[in-house]
This record gives sequence, C-alpha cells and structure tokens, in this order.
Amino acid sequence: MRKASEINENTPWRELTTGAGIAEPATSKLFNTGDWRTMTPVFLEDKCTHCLYCIPYCPDSSIPVHQRKRLDFDFMHCKGCGICAKVCPFHAIEMVKEEK
Amino acid sequence: MAIKDRLSGNEAVAIAMRQINPDVMGAFPITPSTEIPQYFSSYVANGEVDTEFVAVESEHSAMSTCIGAQAAGARAVTATSSCGMALMWELLYVAASDRLPITMALVNRALTGPININNDHSDSMGARDTGWIQLYSENNQEAYDNFLMAMPIGEHQAVQLPVMVCQDGFITSHAVENMELLEDEKVKKFVGEYQPENYLLKKDGTLAIGPYGISAYYMDFKMQQVEAMKQAKPVILEVAKKFKEMTGRSYGFFEEYEMADAEAALVIIGSSAGTAKAAVDQMRKEGRKVGLIKLRVFRPFPMEELAAALSKVGAVAVMDKAEGFSNAGGPLFADVRSALYDLENRPKAINYVYGLGGRDIKTTDFEAIYEELFRILKTGVTGPVYRHIGQREE
Repeated sequence: MRKASEINENTPWRELTTGAGIAEPATSKLFNTGDWRTMTPVFLEDKCTHCLYCIPYCPDSSIPVHQRKRLDFDFMHCKGCGICAKVCPFHAIEMVKEEK
Repeated sequence: MAIKDRLSGNEAVAIAMRQINPDVMGAFPITPSTEIPQYFSSYVANGEVDTEFVAVESEHSAMSTCIGAQAAGARAVTATSSCGMALMWELLYVAASDRLPITMALVNRALTGPININNDHSDSMGARDTGWIQLYSENNQEAYDNFLMAMPIGEHQAVQLPVMVCQDGFITSHAVENMELLEDEKVKKFVGEYQPENYLLKKDGTLAIGPYGISAYYMDFKMQQVEAMKQAKPVILEVAKKFKEMTGRSYGFFEEYEMADAEAALVIIGSSAGTAKAAVDQMRKEGRKVGLIKLRVFRPFPMEELAAALSKVGAVAVMDKAEGFSNAGGPLFADVRSALYDLENRPKAINYVYGLGGRDIKTTDFEAIYEELFRILKTGVTGPVYRHIGQREE
C-alpha cells in the first residue's frame, strides 16, 4: 500500500490507495491546516518561564516541547485560535494579524 | 451428489450462510427477511457455525456492525428488507466506498407508505446508486445459488465491493420449493476464505479506514469505485462459469428465454419472470414469436450485452416493480431504454410499472402486454411509453 507521504493532490486516481485506506499512523502531521489561520501567535521567549501551562490548552498540539522547554509554534498546524495567549500567566504570547 | 430438499427462499439463504460459516452476522429482524437471522441463530446456538451473531438495535447498527467487522478483516453478512434497508442507507454508501465486500440478503419488500409488507423492488431500486453489486433471483434455487456466488464476486481483488442478493418477499422467501443444495465441503471450497490484503486487525501493519476525503480526493476515489464496478462484469461471468462446472446450473448477466426469433420481448426482474415465462409458453404454442429477458445483474448494468440481446426484436416492454415518480418511467426502463439508444435499429420500447406492494400480475396480464407490443409493431405507433398495469380503473 502506498504511503501517505507518496500521495498528494496531483496523484492520479489509479495510484491512490484502495477505498482511501491509510496504511500508517499519524498522517495528519503531513496535512497543512495552518493555512486556515487569520491571527498568528508570536512567542515572546524572554517573557516565557516554561511553566508549560499553554501546552495542554492548545487544541491542536501545535506547541512542541523539548527537554521540558516549549519551542516556537508549529505553524503548519496552528490555526491561530489564541487560547494559548489568553491563558499564558506571563503574557509571553501575543496575537497579531497575519500578513500574507 | 447434490442434495434434494424442499425449502423456503429464506431457509435456503440461511443454509447457504451456514455452509459458508461467515465470521460475523449483524442481525436485526424485519418482515419478510426475519427468518434468515432466525434460522441462522439456531445454527449458532447448535454450534453448527462459529459466527459472531451480533443482535443489534437497528438496521443502521446491523450495517455498521458489518462495516466494522469487514474492515477488521472478517467476513460479514446481514439480511434485511424494505424500511430496514432504508435505515441502512447512509452505511450502504460507506460500505461500498470503503471497498468492503459485505454480503447482504435482501428480501425485497415495498417501502412505506401506506405501510405494506409485500413484495416489490422499491427498496433495492432506490439503492441502485449506492455502489453495491445487485443480483436478483427468480426462485429459491437462484436465491441460494446467487448467495453462494456473491462472495467470490465481491471479494475478488479487482472488485472489492459489497453485494446484495435480492429475492422477492413472500413470493420466494416464504414459498417452499423443491431445490438442490450443495454439500457443505463443496460450498466451503467454492467460496473459499476471505483474504483481504489490508485489514484493521492485521498483525504486522496499521490501517485507517474511512477518512475524510476533501474535494481534491473525493472524485478520484469515486473513479476507483467506477473501475471496480467495471471489473465486476468479467468477474461475475468467471464466477458463474466455475459455478456451472460444479453444479451444471448456468448464470449470466441475464437469462434469455425464447429470444432466438422473438419479435416482441419483455425485460423483467425477479419472481414475476416465472409467470411471464408461462405466458410465453402459452403464446409460443399459438405460434406467436414472443420471448423475455430476465435480468439477474442490475448493478453493474450489462448495457452492451442487453442491447445486443434486444437488437433483433421489434418491440420491448420493460417491466418495473418499483415506481420512480420521475414521470418518465421506472428505474429499469430508464437504463434499458438508454442501452437501446446505441443500436442502429432500436426496438420500440414501452414501460409498465406493475406489482407494487404485492399486487398480483397474471399470465393473462403478460399476454395482454405482448398483444400491445404486436399492436405497436403492426401500427408503428408506440403511444404513451410510461404505463401502469394492475391498478383498478373505473
């Protein structure tokens, strides 16, 4: 069965998987949903204490964590809902209008 | 040696299921198909099969059970009728588009309303666009034989589509006929094991089934279904050939009855073909050149083959046991007349909607239809094409 990474919007129908089956897990990582965004969170690293309060609030797992410290946003999946900015106790996240 | 028996159509299908020993049955009762899960549950209770018998709370759940089971890698069956299948509607499309070769015994019954439990084809005709293969049966023997052929067709690598095996409610489902059964071992060998390439419970692999298909993908997956339906045609004939080698009984897309020199012909589906054949026999005795085509496979529709079979007749009456309210004829008529359009010399075609909600049709009715076809042949005037027969008129 073809891997999801080998399929895109230019793949001819005969080369898609039978019945839209997906043969590997976590393929939603490959799907860019970040382009739905109108507002963009800006990570103000100097204000961040890495309390990680924002992590469980993110509805889309768009804040990567490495060695107990949060990193900048995963903009391929962040939809700009602003919940993280709202809950951050240290005002370390700012929402700005995205210029495209 | 074939086993002679006398069975109702429902019992015959239940026995076919016992012989196949499917992995899962999604079971919910509805007249007139209730006996199928009822007989089958006794095989489960007696240990004659090791099928997981899932007694669900609705037909929607029965088909959902089959979808889950078949996706997991199991062979799933169900039986239903009329409003029961109507409640499965959403899932019929899911089963077909997920390419799950579920087998359904459909005992055709009218759709409400008025509420009616008797036979017509409005349930399966309404489901003609769901992507299921549809096989129709004239009698109990055909209901049994079609059920045995359903899985080798649907599960074929090039097809992978669900199959509904239709028979006429009460007329064949409850009437007892003499018939021949195959030995259990022969059935098991013929039907074989379900061996999908990918399935949810496969040990070494992961699989997700039924994802969201955005507009950049949806149509392409529909093309796959179109291709599978095309591929089903040679597979249906191939399976029928193997079945004939085993049983001597011959099946195709349709049966041609007295068609060699017929001038007037009927196209008909299901048990009423038996009544129509009696009318053909009677008129043939009187030297009238009449014949009929009994369609077995309605989906995929054998368009070219049917057109070729009707290319020599002068006039044809297409018999619909379902009303489409299109104001232009029933569903079978629409497809048959469309098939005829490609012929150089196409016959005159008329449509009769008949037998709704169990309304009887008699040999004399068929004789009258043939007389009407001969009148059209003689005068060259077709008259109205969309007609009804059997209703009371003042």
